[in-house]
Amino acid sequence: MMPDLGKYAVEVTSAYGITFLLILIISFLYWRRGLIIKRRLMAAEARKDA
Amino acid sequence: MSTKLGMKHFWPFFWKLANPKVFMRWSGLCLPWIIALTVLCLGTGLIWGFFLTPDDARQGSTVKIIYLHVPSAFIAINGYFVMVLGSLFWLVRRQHVSVLVAKASAPIGMTMTVIALTTGAIWGQPIWGTYWVWDPRLTSFLILFLFYIGYVALWAAIDDQDKVADLTSVLALVGAVFAVLSRYAVIFWNQGLHQGTTVTIADGVSQKNISSIFFQPLLLSMIGFGLLFLTLLLIGARTEIRAQRLQVLEGLERLK
Repeated sequence: MMPDLGKYAVEVTSAYGITFLLILIISFLYWRRGLIIKRRLMAAEARKDA
Repeated sequence: MSTKLGMKHFWPFFWKLANPKVFMRWSGLCLPWIIALTVLCLGTGLIWGFFLTPDDARQGSTVKIIYLHVPSAFIAINGYFVMVLGSLFWLVRRQHVSVLVAKASAPIGMTMTVIALTTGAIWGQPIWGTYWVWDPRLTSFLILFLFYIGYVALWAAIDDQDKVADLTSVLALVGAVFAVLSRYAVIFWNQGLHQGTTVTIADGVSQKNISSIFFQPLLLSMIGFGLLFLTLLLIGARTEIRAQRLQVLEGLERLK
């Protein structure tokens, strides 16, 4: 249930919205780069061992 | 006695983490637990703060922004100190893991600085009547953000890993002045619109300048943001270590 934010509803919800968005973006970017580098390293290790 | 005993075991373990293999093994073991704790603390802290705390008598519902603004500012400053420590260890002991931890810390700290500046501006408009003032704390925080940008840009600009590690480490040390100023600006200059510190640590004990109703979820949010920082730091550092190994392997392939 959404609390009554009164006349500051826009300010409070936008602060939370921007924060969640930025946290999601940075988390996604770290996770994606980690996955890409891990896959490339595994492929390179496999080529080295072959 | 127990503290001394703990320190006796902590430092040898800490220095062992400078070995990439040891770091990868330990961080791999800890990461799932830290992620779970992050979700638990951050989720509980923010839900508690947003849904279950009352409005402030003077600030109304804008007080709920405190659960985002204070933890993000706390991490923005302390994230920079992690960068400084990593850079120092690199410059003194030439340990690659430490500078890679510093490198991984920068984008997270930069994001936290943006969150702190944005939520502060959104909070400032209804309370101060303006989004921005050239207040000492706000200005030092903006300069800290510029140092973060410079640090990240420098890593992206130079290919020679040891050279860029040296340059970014020196930049991080210079910028440490502004991290300290951001932390203590309110005490150094008793002027400006920004209020005093919300939570202070004195003699190892935290002192709060807000009501317990707001303090408890705030503390949980701060722990949650701290754990989020640690989670992303470990993921980022593990990626950087792998990227360095990949660079070596690809270099060897090119030589064949």
